[in-house]
Amino acid sequence: MSDQHAEHAGPRREPDVPLGPPSGPMSAASGVTPADAADAARLVSFGLQPKLMPARDAEYGDLLRRYREEPAFARLADAVATGLGLVVLEVSPRAGMAVTAAEDSVFAVRMGDYARRASADSVDRFLHGLAHLAVAALAFPRPEDLADDGYIGRITVNGVDAFVRQACRRLEERAEERGENTDPASDAPGLEAAWRIYARRSATGATKDARRLAGSTTGIIAKAVAFLTDSGFLQRTGDDSGGAYRTTARYQLQVRDMAGTAAMAELLELGIVPVTDGSATLVPPPDAGDLELAADAGLPFHP
Amino acid sequence: MTSPASTESVPPQLSAGPRPAQGPAADEGLARRLRALACTAPLHDLDTRKANLAGEYSVYAMAEVALAAIDLVTLNMDFDTGADHEQIVARLLPRIAAQAPRRPAGEHERVARWVLENLINVGSVDRGFRAVYGTFGPDGVYVRRDYDFKLIEEVPGYGGSVYLRTTDEAVNVLVGALDTDVTSAQIAAEVKLEVLISRGRLADAQLAAEQARYRTVQYAETLRKTLEATRRNVRAVDWLNAVPDMIAEALDHVADRYRHENAILTNIRKARDEAEDPEHKRRAAELVDIVKDCIRRHTQLQSRLLEAGPLFRAEQDRQAFAAPAARSGVDLYGHLVAPLLPLPVEQAIRVTDAYFARGTGLRSPASVRVADLVDMLLSPPVEREHLGAELPEPDLIATPDDSRFSEEQLASAMELLDLEHDAPRRLSGLLADARRRDPDLPYLVALLAVHAASPPVGTAYRQGEQRLLFAVDDGTELDDPEFGGADLIVGTALLDAAGMAADRTEAA
Repeated sequence: MSDQHAEHAGPRREPDVPLGPPSGPMSAASGVTPADAADAARLVSFGLQPKLMPARDAEYGDLLRRYREEPAFARLADAVATGLGLVVLEVSPRAGMAVTAAEDSVFAVRMGDYARRASADSVDRFLHGLAHLAVAALAFPRPEDLADDGYIGRITVNGVDAFVRQACRRLEERAEERGENTDPASDAPGLEAAWRIYARRSATGATKDARRLAGSTTGIIAKAVAFLTDSGFLQRTGDDSGGAYRTTARYQLQVRDMAGTAAMAELLELGIVPVTDGSATLVPPPDAGDLELAADAGLPFHP
Repeated sequence: MTSPASTESVPPQLSAGPRPAQGPAADEGLARRLRALACTAPLHDLDTRKANLAGEYSVYAMAEVALAAIDLVTLNMDFDTGADHEQIVARLLPRIAAQAPRRPAGEHERVARWVLENLINVGSVDRGFRAVYGTFGPDGVYVRRDYDFKLIEEVPGYGGSVYLRTTDEAVNVLVGALDTDVTSAQIAAEVKLEVLISRGRLADAQLAAEQARYRTVQYAETLRKTLEATRRNVRAVDWLNAVPDMIAEALDHVADRYRHENAILTNIRKARDEAEDPEHKRRAAELVDIVKDCIRRHTQLQSRLLEAGPLFRAEQDRQAFAAPAARSGVDLYGHLVAPLLPLPVEQAIRVTDAYFARGTGLRSPASVRVADLVDMLLSPPVEREHLGAELPEPDLIATPDDSRFSEEQLASAMELLDLEHDAPRRLSGLLADARRRDPDLPYLVALLAVHAASPPVGTAYRQGEQRLLFAVDDGTELDDPEFGGADLIVGTALLDAAGMAADRTEAA
């Protein structure tokens, strides 16, 4: 069902989709009336409220139907969104009008606004970014999960922390096996390996007012998931393990179509080409008989 | 001419002239020792800095308290969480109090908290320590390096609470020499323990038992990590051979240890009960506690092992038997997180920044109208109702007192039944006494006596009561104008409250 709607989504629409003959009250020949423009803008404004469910709002549902049925109206709504500095990811009953901010849009989230400390301290900025990436990686552990529209990921704050820590521990062990000295040079802190930054930040800490320690890794992850919840990307399902959440259709779209590819492009620019052969990352440990290794192999995958 | 082997084995730098270090290999050993040395620094630091504290704290041996704290945290590390902060403070207090018995208890607690907080290093963002040391690289360049480590770390526990765990550094350096083969070491320690107990050498037995417990903790920790990995991804572990073998092995181990330790427990209990010397008795009692702790840990381990199978099947259903998706997306872990983590942070941050910029969605910028702003700024603050809304006066209806007996009657009856423990009385006599006081009272006394025929021993035992009313029927008929039945013997039994309390803690 959603595949069909995805075809209608603005940016993905084939260029040769005919825009006329008129297929509804709005005719291509007579042009756009102010009422049509108002409706299109109204649909975009619904899309700007990411927590709003199309199923819960009759007007939203009607406008979505109109978007799918009238190509001219769809084009108009796409144009309104583009003009506002928004990118349309998908328009469907499950995700609603899924729009996201273009890079230089007024709607874009800036790290400095997100976490004050992060704008000054590059280590903190890295940890906040990594927290967002790790939440997505644990929410969609396999490529199939990210591709499957029906998939709902479930994460907990402590689970994300444990998962990154295990990955870091594995790298630490590997460095030890190779006999590398991973302690960074004192005068070049920027050359410290990324995993070490995470590993040496404490997981949690007691505070005077029983709140989570903001600078700890669970504090940083909790901030990330709370922010994603506000963005309509996650829904809170419980309080166990520091807070349990499940993903929404919008989050999957955002990660799949925007964030994942952007981060990949940046990584390729750094000259890192991850080996890609389908399910390469999902292999059992190389030596199955090594039980001691399994003890610490908390990774979802063994790359 | 010497043999070819010896010329090869001579390091080139020896012939090249004097150098400050013998190359990277020797330097690596040096770096390792420097790091080990660095782990002890926070402990020495405590004794140095105690002079700066407000007050006279030099009587306290801070390093000793710190080592004791690390030992306590290691021993109390639980399967799931860790040691409780308050509990560690409480257990440190006797040692600190012994160091300065004349000082107030509040000061002892302050010292305990100060030491524990300094071991966690609460003041720093990382809550860890950093030592700087230098090494020669392979190219002969001297590089200063930062070594970051923690001694006690805080981990999240159940319900958002924070627990303490000792790090590997702390265990390796400060608890010491634990890096041995867990299974064999444990078996050795337990065999030794059994022999020692059978020969009555309790002092040595206690040492062996404590060592065994250290190893039990380490063993449980290893298994906890294995099971956590299993939960995360089915295909990360070999479920065809390795894991089932491992689980079977671990279950065998638990069964074996459980039998073993129960046997030891029986032996020590016997030793405890039969020992004449109070010192021996106390030692044996401590041993009972230690072995019980081991048994508790094994039981926990076993329940974890039993959970593993169903968990695997459920995950297998979800992950492997679903229809494959039409197109494949980005493998977030394999393509992004895994290649990113080994990068230097100044490169990795470019990737995370790119992800953050496009992965966080949108925020509608907040803007205010000037008119609203002026209104808001000029309007006087709303006075807070300090006490909240007034509570309505509750409309209470007096319930009629329909008790069969009054409070005074009950008091009077209890007074009659408050018998000496060595002088039980017949119910007939009690009834006659009661009738003299109040014509209604015999009914209450009879009721209480019948109740005492089946006294709530269990409840009294649990509540630690000192005495208990009881009634026994010895076959004598009751001769009374109002009542019939058996002329019960009513008496009071003294309960051994202290003994019961001791038994309770043992049973728990």
